[in-house]
Amino acid sequence: MDSKVFVYVGHNDGKADDSASELAAAARTFFPDSSPTALVAGSGVDGVCQEAAAWFGEVWKFDQEALAYPNAELLRPLLVKILPAGSVLLLAHDTFGLDLGPGLSVKLGAAYVPDVVGGEGVEETNLKVVRQEFAGQVSAHVHCDVSGGAVITVRPGALRGSSPSEAAGQIVDRSADAVGLTARRRFVELVAAEAGDVDITREEVLVSVGRGIGEKENLALVEELSQAMGAALSCSRPIVDAKWLDRPRQVGTSGKTVKPKVYLALGISGSFQHLGGIKGNPFLLAINKNPKAPIFQAANVGVVADLLELLPVLTERIKASR
Amino acid sequence: MEILVCVKRVPDTAENEISVAADGSDIRREELVYSVNEWDNYAVEEAIQIVERVGGNVTVVSMGDAEAEEIVRREMAMGAAQGLLLTDPAFDGSDGLGVATVLAAAARKGQYDLILTGAQADDGGGQVGGMMAALLDWPYASLVNRIDVSDGQSLRVGREIEGGNQEISDIEMPCVLSIQTGINEPRYVGIRGIRKVASVEIPVMDAEALGLQAGTVGKTAAKVRRVDYFVPQAGAGAEMLEGSTEEIAGKLVDLLRARGGIR
Repeated sequence: MDSKVFVYVGHNDGKADDSASELAAAARTFFPDSSPTALVAGSGVDGVCQEAAAWFGEVWKFDQEALAYPNAELLRPLLVKILPAGSVLLLAHDTFGLDLGPGLSVKLGAAYVPDVVGGEGVEETNLKVVRQEFAGQVSAHVHCDVSGGAVITVRPGALRGSSPSEAAGQIVDRSADAVGLTARRRFVELVAAEAGDVDITREEVLVSVGRGIGEKENLALVEELSQAMGAALSCSRPIVDAKWLDRPRQVGTSGKTVKPKVYLALGISGSFQHLGGIKGNPFLLAINKNPKAPIFQAANVGVVADLLELLPVLTERIKASR
Repeated sequence: MEILVCVKRVPDTAENEISVAADGSDIRREELVYSVNEWDNYAVEEAIQIVERVGGNVTVVSMGDAEAEEIVRREMAMGAAQGLLLTDPAFDGSDGLGVATVLAAAARKGQYDLILTGAQADDGGGQVGGMMAALLDWPYASLVNRIDVSDGQSLRVGREIEGGNQEISDIEMPCVLSIQTGINEPRYVGIRGIRKVASVEIPVMDAEALGLQAGTVGKTAAKVRRVDYFVPQAGAGAEMLEGSTEEIAGKLVDLLRARGGIR
């Protein structure tokens, strides 16, 4: 395969995203004969380019004030303009990648492979990757014809990042290509997440509840348990969507990132978005009625049980042991 | 406002243990409970709320077989006037682009100001909305958790981004938005609501009616192909506790206490 391989390096507050080194590793695993080029777009991105140069032999810089906020509708036409025909582009499967990638693949006439978690890589023009489906309960081998190019999004945290190389890559200033871009979607402002009455990011013990609790009335059982333990109450996304608990209690990539010592997951299936919000390698106990729930892959200790039966007994035991 | 909402029938992952068929060609589907893709419920609810505020029509569309009709009807019962079913054996084996091509062709047959999809489906990759927008050459926003109808020319939308932050943008119409869960509270559909739409005729369009050339959709056009399903070799995994409820509770108390989980 002789198409050129590119990696889009996202960044925030002047720092390259953690995904940059993972994408560098993915590019080398999937396309071992290629020498991937990093793309860095934004305003005042010299620092990010230098960071990227530690992983990539070449870095293309697009530095324009109009790119200060990463608006996918603005960056898509830029990428269509600068990517050579038949290129392969890797980017993170994050909220920016989801916004940019699908439409970009159409505009490039390239294949689109979303949310890749691993794989063997390319054989001639057939790319072999692994995806997960059905909330992580099963995996799938997916083959993709990359002869006309490809846009591939890689799940953050799924692949181990590569170490920086000793020789720094070359930074090529392509900012002149990024002028006169227009979009029919204009960025207005960022609204920061609301603060809650409890800061779950600072708690050492979290009792976290998910969809498996069934009904809102049953939350009382979880509250009683967390009080008996002296722990704080957190939750997964469906509980917030149902408005049973406030958003500041949500753990996950779209909620808070927590780093407790002990995490008790009750009726939480364990989507990668939820697990992505649990850092610091806590002691993780999971109780779920579905023995196939992905949470059991991540947990230290698991119990297959009905929460409504087990929680009252557990709460009483804890109270009695005091 | 004329709004098209794309919905999909999927196995309900909250209700099912998904397992792989013996030859790996598919998941075991015999006993599965199907429902409308969870994200799509929020998209239909949002469309109905917009029309309730500013007037217009909601059309619910699904690509699928006769069983998808049931899903279209259920979503119509929430308050959508029209349904549309896209059915053709030629659609089988479509990849994300194939599905988007079929749906975009259906969109071209109408005069829509706004197309909504769910942000993702449990068996998908969050791709169809963005691809439709590109095929139609309309602007797009994904993961939308707020829509304000401003002047009839554009919408002010919020996108849910990392850390629970919200990105606010103005987007010109016509446009495609993918809808994130939590944007609203989808209304309950009772038996009476479903009865009310039971006799409404849902038009069916095939590839010819949509003006799609052979080879642009379906298996032959697909560049992305699932070879098989498998269950990954489990890592260490969790140590599973067994026994009676009392025994398990006792073990959990011991473990929690040893790890500082009881304070």
